[in-house]
Amino acid sequence: MNAILVAIIGLGVFVLGYRYYSKFIAERIYRLDPNYMTPAHKYKDGVDFVPTNKFVLWGHHFTSVAGAAPILGPAIAVYWGWLPAFLWVILGTVFAAGVHDFGTLAISVRNKGQSIGTIAEKFIGRRGKILFLFIILTLVLMINAVFAWVIANLFITYPASVLPVFIQIPLAIWIGYAAYKKNMKMLVPSLIALAVMYFFAVITAEVSWLQIDLVSYMGGEGAAGLFGLGAVSTAFMVWIIILLIYVYIASTLPVWKLLQPRDFINSHQLTVGLLILYGGLLLTNPTINAPATNADADTSWLPLLFITVACGAISGFHGLVSSGTSSKQLDKETDARFVGYFGAVGEGILALISIIAVVTLFSSVDDFAATYSSFNDANASGLGNFVEGAAILAGGLGIPTAVATTLDTSVRLMRYIIAEIGSEYKVPSLTKKHVATTIAVVSTAALVLIPEGPNGFGSGGYLIWPLFGTSNQLLAGISLLLISIWLKRQGINYAVTLIPMIFLMFMTLYAMFVQVFFEWAWYADGSNLLLFVLGAIIFVFAIWIVITAIQALTGKFDDELAKHRNDE
Amino acid sequence: MLDNIKKLIRYYEEVLEMPHRTEVARELRDQDDLFLLLLYSEMIGIPNPVYYYTLELYPHIIEDFHDWHLRMGMDKSQLTGIRCC
Repeated sequence: MNAILVAIIGLGVFVLGYRYYSKFIAERIYRLDPNYMTPAHKYKDGVDFVPTNKFVLWGHHFTSVAGAAPILGPAIAVYWGWLPAFLWVILGTVFAAGVHDFGTLAISVRNKGQSIGTIAEKFIGRRGKILFLFIILTLVLMINAVFAWVIANLFITYPASVLPVFIQIPLAIWIGYAAYKKNMKMLVPSLIALAVMYFFAVITAEVSWLQIDLVSYMGGEGAAGLFGLGAVSTAFMVWIIILLIYVYIASTLPVWKLLQPRDFINSHQLTVGLLILYGGLLLTNPTINAPATNADADTSWLPLLFITVACGAISGFHGLVSSGTSSKQLDKETDARFVGYFGAVGEGILALISIIAVVTLFSSVDDFAATYSSFNDANASGLGNFVEGAAILAGGLGIPTAVATTLDTSVRLMRYIIAEIGSEYKVPSLTKKHVATTIAVVSTAALVLIPEGPNGFGSGGYLIWPLFGTSNQLLAGISLLLISIWLKRQGINYAVTLIPMIFLMFMTLYAMFVQVFFEWAWYADGSNLLLFVLGAIIFVFAIWIVITAIQALTGKFDDELAKHRNDE
Repeated sequence: MLDNIKKLIRYYEEVLEMPHRTEVARELRDQDDLFLLLLYSEMIGIPNPVYYYTLELYPHIIEDFHDWHLRMGMDKSQLTGIRCC
């Protein structure tokens, strides 16, 4: 099958979805009003609430939501063949992600620009909010663990990527300094920094002594490392420790010193990467040799496909961005359609190219079968396959640095959430910056270092990916539920949000149930107590919040909540 | 054509600067809040020997004060000393 044709079909469906479906939702369901005074105007303060041009806001929204996850998920999910992943990315983006991202933006605009967590408190009570916070916390913890594992693994597999990634740090500090102290514009310096990074990437790929290969320093793969571990395990541990120390510093520094200029450089990378990949697709005109469906799969696609693709199709994380920042900067309410729905489409475009990059990598069906021989192999090698496939399309894309940004942003986020839970439960020490960051970093380290994989210590990090997928999808499901409640209270038909919500919740809870009780539990074959405990906690939280929310949806809860409010 | 490209670059730059602008503004606002506290701490019970003089700035900060109490989540001014709304 021709890859360009697949891309055109995918993009065509996105265009139709945006052109017709989002228009229908904007006019008939969310009923956007161009004359409504948005929070950006109502509470205008020049900081959080700033009316912003819709193209600019879309760009910001898109760069905030697009990270490595929409690339990684589909790259793993092609294990079941390219067709199931392709279909879910396309249909999921049009009917679920678009509706979700757009809806969280709309609901937040109509609720003073409040975040989805606060809106949850309003609609389903304080217990709902705290449960919601815990689910977000586990989600962020999973993101940290997965990305720490991914970077350490990439550093070991591709030693040439170490130097270009680390060279970004002094460059970013320099840009931050230049912008703040000398009042320089950031655009040109950050482009120069990007050029320097690419230059280093090319040089280190050629010059072997510039490659920081910890495994070979210790004498190759078979050699013994520290503390009785093998060389690979030791290298892994060293990288994890270095990364977490770096992350600790990066996420406690003032944002402008490191994080902001790094975001600048990485945003260029995203734009350049997307342009190069789609351009490369047109020029190389590759053929898809991977099978459309994988008949030899050792794990059923139902329901695992949906939590594996994760952000590639729909992501609860987007709701946090929509309701956290974008809703406070929307100039006109009608812009929500472009920013929210088209933001989801942007993510879909990224997921689409990820699928194409991976499946065009293989020269034959056998070649594919050898790489994706089992679901565990697919998990372990997904990102590597994308990097190789993308390298063929484009000659390399800056994935490791984008992943690193996700890591320190999400540690920062985790710190905020820990602080919020601390203040909710009146534990003031949790609200301290260094206490919260330490908890975030240590729990991440524990999660990424504990699971034992087939190749010993540190090789089991990818086991956490399904947990990440589940908590992410759950969050999206809960947000859709909140939007449904909101629509119902206005007497609007809420089938458009309810149907994807039921689908998403059903698939996620089903997948969760199968994994927790038949794969991870102590009596199952591949039992893993850590995953079992974490999974069971998320599962119970999810069931709890669904029950509370269904009560709210059916109206039984309304009277109770009203009574509670009156008591207050 | 050239104008469109320039416009595109301007949008792109603005996209990149947006989160950054927020941070700078927030930092400045935090400094302003601290300054306001130093000037009018007497109003919330913290003794301030120069209050008599800082009160002269009152007309200049009255509008900022309104924004401040809105930001702090109070719909109406909580202080009897400053009546803004």
